[in-house]
Amino acid sequence: MELTAKHFKANASKALVDAQLQKALGNVEKGFIGKRQKSVDALPEFDALRDSSRDIKNHVLEHLDLYLEEYEAKVTASGGIVHWAETAEDARRIVLAICKKANARTVTKGKSMITEEIALNDHLEANGIEPVETDLGEYIIQLRGEHPSHIIAPAVHLNKEQVESDFRRVHTHLPEGRDLSEPVSLLSEAREVLRQRYFAADVGITGANFLVAETGSSVIVTNEGNGDLTQTLGKVHVVVASIEKIVPTLEDTSQILRVLARSATGQDMSVYTTFSTGPKRHEDPDGPDEYHVVLLDNGRSEMIGTEYQDMLRCIRCGACMNHCPVYHVVGGHAYGSVYPGPMGAVLTPSLNGIEETGQLPNASTFCGRCEEVCPMRIPLPKMMRHWREREFERNLTPSVARYGLKFWAFFAKRPKLYRFAASFGIPILSVLGGSTRRFRSMPMAGGWTRYRDLPAPEGRTFQQQWAQRETLKQEAKQ
Amino acid sequence: MTLANSEAAGQPRVGLFATCLVDLFRPSVGFASAKLLQQAGCEVHVPVAQTCCGQPAYNTGDRADTREIAEQVIEAFEEFDFVVAPSGSCASMLKKHYPGLFKGDAKWEERAQRFSDKCHELISFLTDVMMVRDTGAALEAKVTYHDSCSGLRELGIKQQPRKLLGNVDGVKMHEMKDSDVCCGFGGTFCVKYSDVSNAIVTKKVDNIDASGAELLLAGDLGCLMNMAGKLKRQGSDVEVRHVAEVLAGMTSQPPIAGSGK
Repeated sequence: MELTAKHFKANASKALVDAQLQKALGNVEKGFIGKRQKSVDALPEFDALRDSSRDIKNHVLEHLDLYLEEYEAKVTASGGIVHWAETAEDARRIVLAICKKANARTVTKGKSMITEEIALNDHLEANGIEPVETDLGEYIIQLRGEHPSHIIAPAVHLNKEQVESDFRRVHTHLPEGRDLSEPVSLLSEAREVLRQRYFAADVGITGANFLVAETGSSVIVTNEGNGDLTQTLGKVHVVVASIEKIVPTLEDTSQILRVLARSATGQDMSVYTTFSTGPKRHEDPDGPDEYHVVLLDNGRSEMIGTEYQDMLRCIRCGACMNHCPVYHVVGGHAYGSVYPGPMGAVLTPSLNGIEETGQLPNASTFCGRCEEVCPMRIPLPKMMRHWREREFERNLTPSVARYGLKFWAFFAKRPKLYRFAASFGIPILSVLGGSTRRFRSMPMAGGWTRYRDLPAPEGRTFQQQWAQRETLKQEAKQ
Repeated sequence: MTLANSEAAGQPRVGLFATCLVDLFRPSVGFASAKLLQQAGCEVHVPVAQTCCGQPAYNTGDRADTREIAEQVIEAFEEFDFVVAPSGSCASMLKKHYPGLFKGDAKWEERAQRFSDKCHELISFLTDVMMVRDTGAALEAKVTYHDSCSGLRELGIKQQPRKLLGNVDGVKMHEMKDSDVCCGFGGTFCVKYSDVSNAIVTKKVDNIDASGAELLLAGDLGCLMNMAGKLKRQGSDVEVRHVAEVLAGMTSQPPIAGSGK
């Protein structure tokens, strides 16, 4: 997708006046937060599991090279092939070559953010191969020519009327008078249509929630079972995953799985959790003839050893965006990048550079709710601040903010001058506040007074009044 | 220095970090804080070399200025047994974020850590360190309390103000929906992203209005000014005060918003 992160403000303003979107975003708040809390409350060891999940991932990141080697060896031993892709372009090229070799005309896809990251669909289409998204949300946004607005609920920005109208527009072979008024009827129709596509597909492409070094398995979790059909019905299964998805053992996987769905959707477990280890074996009744894993770096190894390393613990549950007050009012598309919300505000600059993406780590109130709910205890606000520091060091911070700050800091660093200026300025401001004791507008403060009154200062500063009181006390003593 | 040590030497000496917003906009909060601390048995000092904790610079990514400001604050407050701020966000800046600014600096690291150890937010200092249970105040009012994010998530302040308010004669608590969700202030965020901030604070004031409370309290002046400004703009009658004013029984100053449109 086109990166429009630098237009975050304009994107956000548009989103704020989009009544349909605002209504849909209400569902994020209503749905995800309560369900997560309920499932967390029901599991006393949730926080302990978060700690051990964090530790597992930290351990992996400290020894990532070793685990990747082990993983590759295990995949090879089970008859699969690992392809290393340093860049998004490498990954696209590799996947296309696999599809071409299989003479693929149609590929089905399970939900995968990583293929969004490498813009795989566009590349396949440009080369005459039709990608078909099989996750219901992904299918809907594919019909609309859109991108996911959420990493686990890609179509959360839409309502059922929009989906009905898209289905009627595209599924022209179905009777016009059919009832599509309920989510369940929409789901049945999508299932019906997609079922045909699975059988037509030559290649199935999925992402991976985890790659297990111990066994060389890839793991996907879904609620619709579409991932299973994608990867077992095609002749070829291609897993596209980024290098940080590695976990050492099956035991580790099961630990992290316990926090994943609870954090994401408030489920104890996703409906399907599927482990794939290599292609179909002789005794297997079904499965692909070929099993490929495309391991993508795309800037991640450069994050290791930096202040952004912790971001590589992310398991893509979406809890941070589900709890983010900014995401709640602007939605995912406003971020103008593949990954929205707090995790995107940290990851996107790592993948795309801070020059184009500086708005994202700035567009946070630092309320800390994202970090509070993150199952992997990723210090998201801290890392957003690091991005602001990189931006500031490189003079990329917008000049109004930069000069405003420098002006403030000049006084803040000179207490005497600060007190002198305040002792004149504040009483004047207080008088100007008049009997209403507030300002409805003020030069240079439009960002505040456009929507809020600015309370006027009470009178003289606290320091002035305190000093006077202390002097009086001293005099009284003498 | 521990409390026991300082008590042996007399009253604990507390440096009041008044915060820039209290100093400039709402001195009554400074006086209320001083009164509460004195009532709790502390000797209160207000060093003149204080300006701001440095958050605006810190959150804009300007580490050099932040550090200079931090050094100045540490030097100004080093002599006290405790440093107390009537703001979760400023207290957290001093306590949680200052040490990181000096990591690896032989001269300052330990000094910053020692300083950090004695920093507290006002209400949690009163309840958790000075063991205050009742401030002796009285006020007939239906109140609601907004949990400011830094205090809540970085310092764990949630029950402390509610416990003290529960012992204020006449106060009736009307909890609002999502009291722990950000009000959209976020320091410079509210002016840099004013559209987004407005959308967030609009939800907040809707929840405040729906609570049926007539007085909104919180422990951070930034959030209070944000919510007060929005309530006022919308013509709401809900009054707004820093929780310290109520706990100190010092409500003679007009509220930050409300009463008289």
